[in-house]
Amino acid sequence: MTDSLAIKTESLGRIYKIRGGKKTKETPKELIALADVNLKVECGELFGLLGPNGAGKTTLIKILVTLLAPTSGLAQVGGHDVIKSPHLIRPLINMVSGGESSGYGLLTVRENLWLFAQFYGLDNKTSQERITELLGVVGMLDRANTKSSDLSTGLRQKMNIVRGFVTDPEILFLDEPTLGLDVGAAREVRRFVRRWVAERERPRSGKTVLLTTHYMVEADELCDRVAIIDKGRVLACDTPANLKRRLQREAIFHMQVSPMNNGALSGFGTLPGVRKFTHEAHDGSSTLELILEADDVLSSVVAKLTQHNARILNLQKREPTLEDVFVDLVGRGLSEEGGGE
Amino acid sequence: MKRSELSFPLVPRFLRFPALSRSFTIASWLGWQIESNWADPFLFAVYSVAKPIASAMILVVMYNAITHGNTSSPIFPYIYLGNAFYIYVATVMTGVSWAVIDDREHYRTLKYIYIAPLRVPFYLLGRGVARFIIGSISVFITVAFGVLFLKVPLHLSDINWLMFFAALFLGVFALAMMGLVLAGVTLLIANHVWFVGEAVAGALYLFSGAIFPLDILPQFLRPIGFLMPLTYWLELIRRSLLGHTAAAFPTLAAFSNAQLFGILVGLATFFTLLAFVVFRYCDFLARERGMIDMTTNY
Ligand SMILES: Nc1ncnc2c1ncn2[C@@H]1O[C@H](COP(=O)(O)OP(=O)(O)OP(=O)(O)O)[C@@H](O)[C@H]1O
Ligand SMILES: [Mg+2]
Repeated sequence: MTDSLAIKTESLGRIYKIRGGKKTKETPKELIALADVNLKVECGELFGLLGPNGAGKTTLIKILVTLLAPTSGLAQVGGHDVIKSPHLIRPLINMVSGGESSGYGLLTVRENLWLFAQFYGLDNKTSQERITELLGVVGMLDRANTKSSDLSTGLRQKMNIVRGFVTDPEILFLDEPTLGLDVGAAREVRRFVRRWVAERERPRSGKTVLLTTHYMVEADELCDRVAIIDKGRVLACDTPANLKRRLQREAIFHMQVSPMNNGALSGFGTLPGVRKFTHEAHDGSSTLELILEADDVLSSVVAKLTQHNARILNLQKREPTLEDVFVDLVGRGLSEEGGGE
Repeated sequence: MKRSELSFPLVPRFLRFPALSRSFTIASWLGWQIESNWADPFLFAVYSVAKPIASAMILVVMYNAITHGNTSSPIFPYIYLGNAFYIYVATVMTGVSWAVIDDREHYRTLKYIYIAPLRVPFYLLGRGVARFIIGSISVFITVAFGVLFLKVPLHLSDINWLMFFAALFLGVFALAMMGLVLAGVTLLIANHVWFVGEAVAGALYLFSGAIFPLDILPQFLRPIGFLMPLTYWLELIRRSLLGHTAAAFPTLAAFSNAQLFGILVGLATFFTLLAFVVFRYCDFLARERGMIDMTTNY
């Protein structure tokens, strides 16, 4: 059974030693980046890691791609242990990290990609065909012979994404692949990943993707299953639909009210029946997000608003989103800045 | 049970070797692309032609000042050739170790190279090839300059080419292994130390018999020189180029060519083992500390 697992971790932990100020001789501080992470990713799955900044997503990916050693626990990729046999893992995998501009600037886009294809032992013809095809997919065919130093950051990122796919890995790690891309390009990439995933339709052809993101849409739209991770711990792991179903019994309201001060707002979280409460102040109003145990709790919220002389400008009941699941689990929101659709 | 689901179009066992050879050849190609990218040919000429000749000239001027221009003494070609071939020490050691910093800090590709099915030490050796070629140009020009203008007594008919190339190969090989040791150490150094190869080369200059016989060193420092493959390598190079003239040099006079080769092969083997052990260990530590994709902020 374990043979169909692309990725498996058992009580995986990683601690970073942080060296203090320049001349302090005290023992280095320790930062727990991952704690007791247990994950199983099936072959052929598109698996998402969703978490805020500093959650430990990149750390987990680094461990799985054999760049970083775990401090404790076990991690296997393709059935091989990351510590004992990294050389057996490496032919199976590839990785793309978003928001960075790696590459040999003095080589052209095509040369850069060819170089990495060669590293994986691809023959010349196959490499060139794949490069042409993939550059077409990201709309960069006309840039194939541009020196990569002359590319914009976003275009470099696209080249980087092609680099990840060009070797046709069995297991692909995408660390925030759409970071730094404009909305349109991010959409293109998502569409492409989805297509790549769809192409593995033939049951169990084995292609697996592990994708990290802090964009809800990305996780929701793309992933077969999502693990929500915060402060190095996996808080939940299920299909997006199942995760949302957890909140089905609760009532989720989106409310816009006339401006209120923070002092007055802080009282709402403790009202009986209020599971989670977040608020955001705008110029002319405050936006409240409420997860209530049942619809009728709303009346006590409204009563409290009236107490504070706040007027309700807008009230909406929503279907739960992954964001709500996240807020419910983590206790705070995950603000989406850019990149989303 | 079979692991068919994951079977990467499985690299058959007999093809394992290519991981090693492609690491080397592709890295050589890449190294050449980088090194031969002389945006400014003038700068290249200054670096690989004018600089070595200038440093040879400084040596010659100092030599002349001390010996009142006695360039017919056998010690003159001893110094001149020692200095010229010493160019390889910095270029080869830097060539092999420098890619660690260059790929990590500058191109930010080291992590992708690490996770690729490559053999990193062979990749690094490959990256050094271009520097070796460029270093060879410098050495050739320096030697030619000495023969043409400074009366370095080198006669094409006297040269033992077989011995020369055999010694050159062994020496450069040993240097590459020392470069690999440096590369391993460099993996663990956070700041960029572009100069580490040059620095080590500079430090070893004294202990290699490049410009003076080891006998001049204080007794307690001599063992360092005798443990360095460079010492025997330079001696063999000189003997192959100068023939009997070389016999005038005291340090290793008692050794036959075959004995020197034997020692050089032994030391090269030792440094090969050392290099792979050190590199493996540094690699292990670097993974533990998360230094393979580390970039310093500047
Ligand atoms: N090399 C390092 N040394 C010390 N601490 C580190 C190092 N790398 C990461 N950390 C810390 O480990 C924690 C997890 O970091 P990680 O990069 O895995 O988070 P992430 O989920 O990828 O966040 P982001 O969304 O910002 O990319 C953070 O608190 C981070 O500061
Ligand atoms: Mg990250």
